[in-house]
Amino acid sequence: MRLHLLALLAKEPAHGYELKQALEQTFGAAYPSPNIGQIYVTLARLEKDGLVRAVDVEQSNRPNKKVYYLTATGREALTTWVEEPTEGPRVRDEFYMKLVLAPLTGIADRMALISRQRRHYLGLMRELNEVMERSESTVARLLVEGAMLHLQADLDWLERCQEELC
Amino acid sequence: MLKAHNLVKIYAASGVPVHAVRGLDLEIEAGEFVAIMGPSGSGKSTLIHMLGGLDPRTSGEIWLDGKRVDTLSESGWALLRRKKVGFVFQGFNLVANMTVADNVELPALLAGTSPREARERREQLLDKLSLSDRAEASPGQLSGGEQQRVALARALANRPALLLADEPTGNLDSRNTRDVLRLLGEVHRGGQTIVMVTHDARVAALADRVVSLLDGEIVDDGRIPRRKIAGAGEVIDLR
Repeated sequence: MRLHLLALLAKEPAHGYELKQALEQTFGAAYPSPNIGQIYVTLARLEKDGLVRAVDVEQSNRPNKKVYYLTATGREALTTWVEEPTEGPRVRDEFYMKLVLAPLTGIADRMALISRQRRHYLGLMRELNEVMERSESTVARLLVEGAMLHLQADLDWLERCQEELC
Repeated sequence: MLKAHNLVKIYAASGVPVHAVRGLDLEIEAGEFVAIMGPSGSGKSTLIHMLGGLDPRTSGEIWLDGKRVDTLSESGWALLRRKKVGFVFQGFNLVANMTVADNVELPALLAGTSPREARERREQLLDKLSLSDRAEASPGQLSGGEQQRVALARALANRPALLLADEPTGNLDSRNTRDVLRLLGEVHRGGQTIVMVTHDARVAALADRVVSLLDGEIVDDGRIPRRKIAGAGEVIDLR
């Protein structure tokens, strides 16, 4: 989450709670709502590493709040992150290991493993359908669509495994 | 509602007999939504065509609402489809020289629905599928995705007790698929029975039950698990 927070701070200085809200508003129902404690811990580490700095802002009737802003080093780290290529998704190899290895031990047969996995994926897809219905912004919907396309590829691959291995 | 017993289909077109469906048993309750999945060549399309009386079975029985239907003549099937079965074909099968509106209204009119009611139903369906502005077009002027949605609207025009569909979202982009998903959800909640062949997991995920075929046989038949999730974070992981 470090770099996500840096990116938001590059736009404007903000305190922890504002960053949480900004993430939620941008990614909508599809985003795993970040824990506020986790955000504060991350901000403290970023401050320690010199990527952000904080100023205390006085509030009436409340403790001071810390507003964070990006340092030059922070901006450099952000630029590096944006410019470097991003790792592609990895094959879900845990299931494949089960599929290949479990039958050798006599614990399970492949057809049963594939069928169970297919139903599990369809259950996940149903949840994504529901998240999609609740997603209002284009950014949020595209995130869900990406997850759906990955899941569809997993199902297609399952079908290939069934054709070739069963 | 719908029952198949020891259903077999053997194609012998090129001289060598091909077992497309090998002794399949299937029972579908009224109101159930069943997705049929499997690799190409596994017998899915053959099965759904047989269930709709569009392809004769080689042997076995098909029962619909307690009546044996595999023995019906072609005209007997045509009458039955008009009354209670809607079918969405992979190749759409729209009438080329009729407008979209007339294509959708036709089955309702043939079944004896009043013209006014048929028109209202058509307007509703085209609206739900974002096709209202295409009502006066002819099928030839439509994209593949549009034709596919018209075919679905036509199949639903009669509010059939049973909807059979062969890959009804194969040509749709994701926005149009969302329209179709919503409509199918409504149809399902309204109590109509749906049996659908599909590769598309978004559509299959709406079903109560998935039947998986491989080499003309059922290799899995069961419900899609439903978890209660606290938030989307359990489905999508952004790191």
